[in-house]
Amino acid sequence: MRLTKILPVLALSLFCTGAAADDFGDPVAGEAVFKKCKSCHMVGEGAKHRIGPHLNGIFGRQAGTHENFRYSKALVRAGTGGLEWHADTLDAFLEKPRALASGTRMSFSGLRKPEDRLNLIAYLRAFSDDPANIPEADPTATPTDHDLDPAILSLKGDPEYGEYLSSECTTCHQADGADDGIPSIVLWPEEDFVVAMHAYKNKKRAHPVMQMMAGRLNAEEIAALAAYFAALEQ
Amino acid sequence: MTLNRRQFIGTSAAMAAVLSAPMVKAQGTPRVVVVGGGAGGATAARYLAKDSKGAIDVTLIEPTRKYYTCFFSNLYLGGFKEIEDIGHTYGGLAAGGVNVVHDWAIGVDRDAKTVALAGGGSVPYDKLILSPGIDFVEGAVEGWGLSAQNAMPHAYKAGSQSELLKAQLAAMPEGGVFAMVAPPNPFRCPPGPYERVSMVAHFLKQNNPTAKIIVADPKPKFSKMGLFQEGWANHYEGMVDWIGEDFGGGNVSVDPGGMTVTIDGEETKVDVCNVIPAMKAGRIAELAGVTDGNWAPVNAADMSTKADADIYVLGDASSQGDMPKSGFSANSQAKVCANAVRGALTGSKVFPAKFSNTCWSLIAPNDGVKVGATYEATPEKIAKVDGFISKTGESADLRKATYEESEGWYTGITTDMLG
Repeated sequence: MRLTKILPVLALSLFCTGAAADDFGDPVAGEAVFKKCKSCHMVGEGAKHRIGPHLNGIFGRQAGTHENFRYSKALVRAGTGGLEWHADTLDAFLEKPRALASGTRMSFSGLRKPEDRLNLIAYLRAFSDDPANIPEADPTATPTDHDLDPAILSLKGDPEYGEYLSSECTTCHQADGADDGIPSIVLWPEEDFVVAMHAYKNKKRAHPVMQMMAGRLNAEEIAALAAYFAALEQ
Repeated sequence: MTLNRRQFIGTSAAMAAVLSAPMVKAQGTPRVVVVGGGAGGATAARYLAKDSKGAIDVTLIEPTRKYYTCFFSNLYLGGFKEIEDIGHTYGGLAAGGVNVVHDWAIGVDRDAKTVALAGGGSVPYDKLILSPGIDFVEGAVEGWGLSAQNAMPHAYKAGSQSELLKAQLAAMPEGGVFAMVAPPNPFRCPPGPYERVSMVAHFLKQNNPTAKIIVADPKPKFSKMGLFQEGWANHYEGMVDWIGEDFGGGNVSVDPGGMTVTIDGEETKVDVCNVIPAMKAGRIAELAGVTDGNWAPVNAADMSTKADADIYVLGDASSQGDMPKSGFSANSQAKVCANAVRGALTGSKVFPAKFSNTCWSLIAPNDGVKVGATYEATPEKIAKVDGFISKTGESADLRKATYEESEGWYTGITTDMLG
């Protein structure tokens, strides 16, 4: 058992050190890459947990250990098994998240280009105390740009109705948050869920199935779903 | 509750019991029997057991111990899936509180409210949900019958038939002919025959590139026709000959002994013949007396049959309006039905019916397309609200993403059905 936990991490670090150890990448280019992460993660001054945990101080941190963020079991297990975030492990995770932690709820297929990962990691280093010798960078912009009516955002959803409506979602999105080609939608902050669904409803996000499904849900129904999925027991 | 009133009107024998309401509660835990463990029945059983938390006894009657999904069985033919990838047991349902009985339901006594089993005995119900899928219309294709299904497989109920068709495909002589007799509307999985043609073409292109495919089709057009025809031209140029209604595709007979297909008077010797006959509701629906013609008409709001308010029919076997006969549709209908049945039996809140469907099809490696729609219940039928379809000329990246999405959906729906 111990070996199976340790081996993947060991193998990854052997494989990756050459790529990332002494080349810090370009943090400015990394900021552009970070746009792909911004819909779920915040970093910089005032960063909070959103759909994903904030990424300040990620270097040297054991995986899955922010106290007030609910991780997938897989990531907690990986952290308990010894996974720490360093340039090498981040590089491996960013290349293919589910290859490193198969049950992660991070619905992101990965960054294929090594230079994108290198630059992104250089950017993220700017928000960690360790290692020192980090180039300064501005705090990131707000994570979710939207012009949604505050009245819509302040609606309190009925989780019981949400539970019934959710059965329409779980034909594709798995209730335990696993992602096998269709993103996880569980345990999102309600605000992010509501913003995303209204973006589909208003056809600002491009996906025909989601535009159709969200299109016929009213604001109360979206709030109900947000309330239900945000509180799901794992 | 309207349902109580309907029970009152529909079951004169139980009138005294209804008058001394609440009837079902007085008799102990209410019983729901579900017949058929496919996308409709398994979902209904699972949701009833899960959401009622012991307040309803749920029994699922399903003859097979292992269920092979019809959806993705074409991908098995194409070599994209192994047969075990599409096989599922019922252990998850049993662990989730469903009493799983592996037996055939052979009759329904609507007065006594019992379902008779082939193995002997019967199971009582307060509400009966039939989700038996399809059977074939006898004599639909001249020369073909169930005794010919080894020589000319239908492979339209997945499992051994799929494996047989795949073995025949692999054994085709070089430059041989694969024939398909396509079914008339309405039938299970409207894009299914044409996804199958694509998958067979893919297999042949890899293993037997001079082979040919002939499709005899009684219809003038079919689901996603433009997308499939574009794909066949792009990936399998000159391999597929689709003969529609205009060219006599509906005038077909087969000779399983001589392995010939006669289309509009012209006889062709073939090496493999996939006969997909006209379909009707699975036989138990007819035995229960809830069919009208080939299918069972249902009320859109809760999937109860027009013939009996305590019997519900889901999925392919039902005649409900605008939804296609698909696993996704059956799963969607099952949730509406489970919500309504639970409400009728336990007084839980019943929410308005919402239905949806999406069908993904694979044309070639990483070339996936989809069609989908949302639906609502009207007094007359399940009516389409909104829909979309993939477009011809889409980028390779989008088609790849669509295929990957279909794989996610497969895991999603099978988990949603079976736990």
